[in-house]
Amino acid sequence: MLNHADMMAWVVTLKLALVTTLILLVLGTPIAWWLSRTHWRYKFVLEALIALPLVLPPTVLGFYLLLTLGPNGPIGGALQWFGGDSLAFTFSGLVVGSVLYSFPFVVQPLQNAFTAVGLRPLEAAATLGASRWDQFWSIVVPMTRPAFLTAMVLGFAHTVGEFGVVLMIGGNIPGETQVLSIAIYEHVEGLEYENAHWLAGGLLLLSFSVLSIVYCLNRRFRGVWI
Amino acid sequence: MTFYSILLMLIFPFLACGETVRVAVASNFASTMEKIKEAFEALSSHELAMSYGSTGKLYAQIRNGAPYDLFLAADVERPMRLEREERAVSGSRFTYAFGRLVLWSPTLAIEEGAVLKSADFRFLALANPKLAPYGEAARAVLLKLALWDSLMSEKRIVVGENIGQTFQFVKSGNAQIGFVARSQIIDLGLKGAWEVPPDWYDPIEQQGVLLSDSPGAKALCRFLASEQGLALISKGGYRVP
Amino acid sequence: MMGMEVDLVVRHGDFRLDAVFTVQSTGVTVLFGASGCGKTSLLRAIAGLDRHKGVIRFGETLWQDKNTFIPAYQRGIGYVFQEASLFEHLDVLGNIAYGAKRMAKGRGRLSLPKVIELLGLEGLVERSVEQLSGGERQRVAIARAIAMNPRVLLMDEPLASLDRARKHQLLPYFDRLRKELGLPIIYVSHSMDEVARLADRIVLIKNGGVRAEGGESDIHGRNNLYEEFNDQPETILERVVLG
Repeated sequence: MLNHADMMAWVVTLKLALVTTLILLVLGTPIAWWLSRTHWRYKFVLEALIALPLVLPPTVLGFYLLLTLGPNGPIGGALQWFGGDSLAFTFSGLVVGSVLYSFPFVVQPLQNAFTAVGLRPLEAAATLGASRWDQFWSIVVPMTRPAFLTAMVLGFAHTVGEFGVVLMIGGNIPGETQVLSIAIYEHVEGLEYENAHWLAGGLLLLSFSVLSIVYCLNRRFRGVWI
Repeated sequence: MTFYSILLMLIFPFLACGETVRVAVASNFASTMEKIKEAFEALSSHELAMSYGSTGKLYAQIRNGAPYDLFLAADVERPMRLEREERAVSGSRFTYAFGRLVLWSPTLAIEEGAVLKSADFRFLALANPKLAPYGEAARAVLLKLALWDSLMSEKRIVVGENIGQTFQFVKSGNAQIGFVARSQIIDLGLKGAWEVPPDWYDPIEQQGVLLSDSPGAKALCRFLASEQGLALISKGGYRVP
Repeated sequence: MMGMEVDLVVRHGDFRLDAVFTVQSTGVTVLFGASGCGKTSLLRAIAGLDRHKGVIRFGETLWQDKNTFIPAYQRGIGYVFQEASLFEHLDVLGNIAYGAKRMAKGRGRLSLPKVIELLGLEGLVERSVEQLSGGERQRVAIARAIAMNPRVLLMDEPLASLDRARKHQLLPYFDRLRKELGLPIIYVSHSMDEVARLADRIVLIKNGGVRAEGGESDIHGRNNLYEEFNDQPETILERVVLG
């Protein structure tokens, strides 16, 4: 059925998806909020940058990441200067790649939902004594719950399915950077179709279940929907 | 038959023009193949269209119907399998080169392999042993040196999808050292490379096999065995048969 | 003196309104003028929702001057918008309690049951916001605004989006507000009906400035005023001021 390496691929993949989704929520929410409120005339530059992973082949992203994170690149070089280790071929490196790669999938639904809230509910809340922080948590978040759910699911699913980026910067280390998509690929290339079926089938089942649950829950939420 | 061929060639001159030969080439042979393409196309009327990849990947594609005319693999097994599975023209298998494995580091001193036992490197790159013969050879070397298990458990071995990616890992410095094909670093003047003694691993006999009747493919095979072809292959960093 | 002093220059593109006036510490002050004269902008500026140049003093607290600006949530105001703008994710009680939870320190609480009773909302307390009619929504909006025991209640044409029948239904509630709460109310309107019915003082806004402020004595004989309503505010006020 599943050998040890394949089991590890599951663990690595799920770990990566969870960590990435969490980081994306923490980083993406304030950015999405700022984008939905600001009138900065160059806002489109930031929006285009964030949307890049939507159109770039993942291998391009992975390739540039490899160069940047490597010892000759700006980030890798700086890290080494501080006594740290290169991020290439590490789980942390995959997290960095995944966060960049799935960023627009989290920011965009949130940004749209925040914009749809509009100004008036927040003005009303302000007149009722709510500070900006309070307004965000007591008005915006409850009103945009479906969007948060969407963002989390998209971020999670997108990371689970990631291939091109991991192929470039992962190094295929079992238990560290060998994720399901790479393991399946390797099995297929090596004509180990049975192993491939077990992994791919399991992944399909997981994805379908997660999506079904989310869409089912979403109906229960009233409020702003993207 | 010859009469009619000549007749056709006289009446329809454009029939004598060459066709495009589709060649599947193992990654390690890439740069050498480019030089061969130049020389071959200068001599004949045929054109070459190349696809590079790891031997295992190309084999899988061909087995599933990919329309190549000629397959230049990096091992014997895949061409043999194709013949057995009747996907190749029988009797057309031939050895075109012997690969030479080198251990290469742009930054560390190799010291005839002793560096492998040291802790001077964080990552050692090699090609996927399941899919690329150079990777298999590298694994054999590490097993022989009793280093495979320890390096794997220390997670210091990174695996490239093919030998080309393996080379990239080392060149970019992300892996400090790696097992690559001699042909890949010959243009760099072989600096920082140490050729692994051939008896440490099974010979990387690189065979080719015809997949179709294409006359252009046949012409290419003849060229590879010719003096000019062999010279190019040797210059590319291989041993010739 | 617990009144409010306002000295603002409200600007929107080409539009400019110089508003200098005072508001008493009790009673209803109506900011009266035709549509587009800037009275809503003025009210928003007083609330702190928008920032314009000038000075606003409330009692002894400086709300705004050149170097200071106290944001809306710290001014202790209640605000009722033209369209109720209730929070859709909370029910009626949730809306009303929202401000009460965030009261400024040192203010005594206004009991929620009293507020609910004042606006006649007893039967509606657990309804969701979508199920309410326009008139009911405005009552909830008003209840929400006063539940936090504000220092001053600002109302921006709260009856404008309602039909005539509903307006008449709601006006008695406003009377109760005036009489039972004793807090200053600033009420924006372009309707003579409402002015006649509710105003203790009028601030007339026209042509980019405050043209008149009517005190108590000027509104003496208000009932006659109502009958003589003919859509020419300045004529009527002159009459009021003069006689």
